[in-house]
Amino acid sequence: MKSRVGVMAVMGLCTIYFLAPIWWLFVGATKNNDQFTGTAPMWFADFHLVDNIRELVTYRDGVFLRWMLNSIAYTGGAALLGTVLAAMCGYALAKYRFRGRELLFNIVLSGVLVPATALALPLFLIFSKAGAANTFWAVFLPSLVNPFGVYLARIYAAASVPEELLEAARIDGSGEVRTFFTVSTRLMFPALVTIFLFHFVAVWNNFLLPLIMLSDERLFPVTLGLYTWNTQVNQVPELRGLVIVGALLSITPLVVAFLLLQRFWRNGLGAGAVK
Amino acid sequence: MKGVSVRRLLASLIVPALFLTACSSSDSDSGSDASAAACAPSSAGPVTLTYTSWIPGIEDVVKVWNAKNPNIQVKVQTGPNGNGGTYQNFFNQLKAGNAPDLGQIEYDALPSFRVQDGLVDVGACDNVAKAKDQFIPWTWNQVSFGDAKGAWGVPQDAGPMALFYRADLFEKNGIAIPTTWDEYAAAAEKVRAAGGYITNFSQSDINQFAGLTWQAGGRWFANDGQNWTVNLTDDKTTKVADYWQNLISKKLVSTVPPWTTEWDNAYNSSSAWTWVSAVWGANSIASGAPKTAGKWRVAPMPQWTAGEKSAGNWGGSSTAVFKGSKHPYEAAQFALWLNTDQEALTLLNEKANLYPATTAGTSLPALSKGVAFYGDQKIYEVFAQASTEVAPDFTWGPTMTATYANASDGFKAAVSGKGSLTEALTAAQASTIQTLKSQAIPVKE
Repeated sequence: MKSRVGVMAVMGLCTIYFLAPIWWLFVGATKNNDQFTGTAPMWFADFHLVDNIRELVTYRDGVFLRWMLNSIAYTGGAALLGTVLAAMCGYALAKYRFRGRELLFNIVLSGVLVPATALALPLFLIFSKAGAANTFWAVFLPSLVNPFGVYLARIYAAASVPEELLEAARIDGSGEVRTFFTVSTRLMFPALVTIFLFHFVAVWNNFLLPLIMLSDERLFPVTLGLYTWNTQVNQVPELRGLVIVGALLSITPLVVAFLLLQRFWRNGLGAGAVK
Repeated sequence: MKGVSVRRLLASLIVPALFLTACSSSDSDSGSDASAAACAPSSAGPVTLTYTSWIPGIEDVVKVWNAKNPNIQVKVQTGPNGNGGTYQNFFNQLKAGNAPDLGQIEYDALPSFRVQDGLVDVGACDNVAKAKDQFIPWTWNQVSFGDAKGAWGVPQDAGPMALFYRADLFEKNGIAIPTTWDEYAAAAEKVRAAGGYITNFSQSDINQFAGLTWQAGGRWFANDGQNWTVNLTDDKTTKVADYWQNLISKKLVSTVPPWTTEWDNAYNSSSAWTWVSAVWGANSIASGAPKTAGKWRVAPMPQWTAGEKSAGNWGGSSTAVFKGSKHPYEAAQFALWLNTDQEALTLLNEKANLYPATTAGTSLPALSKGVAFYGDQKIYEVFAQASTEVAPDFTWGPTMTATYANASDGFKAAVSGKGSLTEALTAAQASTIQTLKSQAIPVKE
């Protein structure tokens, strides 16, 4: 009983710690510029959220909405395709025996150790050579790769897809690709959700790559767009309010993705627990 | 400032990209014949130029040019401010060979591009060279690096400094408006006794401190055509550093981080009474401290010797043409128009609060009016005067990002009582020399 209280206290503190900045952001987004500096930061003044959002989405011909759509295209697209690629790769490494399998896996795994930031500049030079810097693809293509996803997929495929099942599918005449998509992905689904979420967050937050690659404002993801505005606050102080509201709106897709997908996630964690 | 960690990260990433040949800067004969040939129309047909700038609303200014010049169309690209990542992008793009034709570069960053040989000498274009006299002399020196003929950019805007002060509070407490730094320090005691702070000392705006030093006669960098010299600890700089250290030690100035809501609040709540800042600071106070509307006034900067007339500068940028541009002539024409045409200057001032670098620009109609936030004082007249009082011979170094970061670390320590501003500058001096050496830029110790 005592330990339960202790645990709850620690959890409570952590919750407050993580939620306080979001609360601050929400409260800040409801204020106009005068109130933002003049009133208590953690509590409401007049409620201007709707006005602020209207101002944000109409500022400079609605470029903010464009950034949001870009982010969703980069992130959603890269996370979906990237998850499929990682799943196929991890599955193949787990289920097929071929020469150099471990070597290949180790090479992929070493990719986990290389931070994305260190790759941004070389990628820029490569894309420049190909004449593809400052395009959608310059951000999209590098975002497809996810070595950690391959690792997760391999571990999970090895544990959750029984050889017997694959044998049975083969005997029934199913091709390898069909087996993968109809049988194996179902069994791997919780892992795929995890990979998707991790990948989604990683791409959404990948800031340096678009910063280096893009100079056309119409291609910016929302993170880069808001950062750009934030660096102009000294010159155009009105932008500060827009950055706050924009930051609030920009985290909503992440929150939605987590709320929708956490159900599957929990299923997955429990799946292997009782056998 | 917010950008520091990102800046650091970027700085650490670029070092490998920087190993372009380091040539010495104000070398007058380097490549002048090549650029003379370069300044001729590149083709008879229409050309399209790319121009990267983070000036808010720059598209609207460019539209005016595009409408008048069907054969030279300019396409605007944007990004974060220079130190926030755009300079790094310029360096990367120069290396990759896909830099824009034109770019916005602040005066303090221009030498680093010059040293990396990334800029076209637009002074080779006759009409640009002739425009020299239209500019306030010190701004032209920022782009010519003292060279008689060359110009590695066209000056765009300036940040002459003056003293913003709360007229109502000074009057109510019977304190005279300081005209010398001695009077300013004496006023600081009285302001503190009245419950306020005379100002907020910025722990991270090293370029503001540079402006104060500039006024006092400190010269941080010099280049003799062969070697750079670094002098962050000369007598004048030390005098300024000791002066502010004294105010900090006596707790006569507040030291909240600048450009935060806390900082806005110090002005909004009448806790900070003055700000020695650049012309663009007028807008920062107006938006950060709305409750104090009508109570501020502007006076010339306090002087080191009574009766002197000397001002500092904080900020300002140029429009430069990058090496590798296929249309340097056309690009130079645009840069010249953007920064000398009265219509363009009016728009830049209206959209982005830029303060022109031309003499004619400082008397734009928009800059001759009273400003309501300052009790209808014609504050820009004070700045126009200050602009003529800025010493023309201040040179920035080729690695200012690193110097700023180093000094800012020391300043932060100093305001929290560990070390002093002078120690911070001594440390920054050593690390700046180190940075120059590590980039193979010749430096004399």
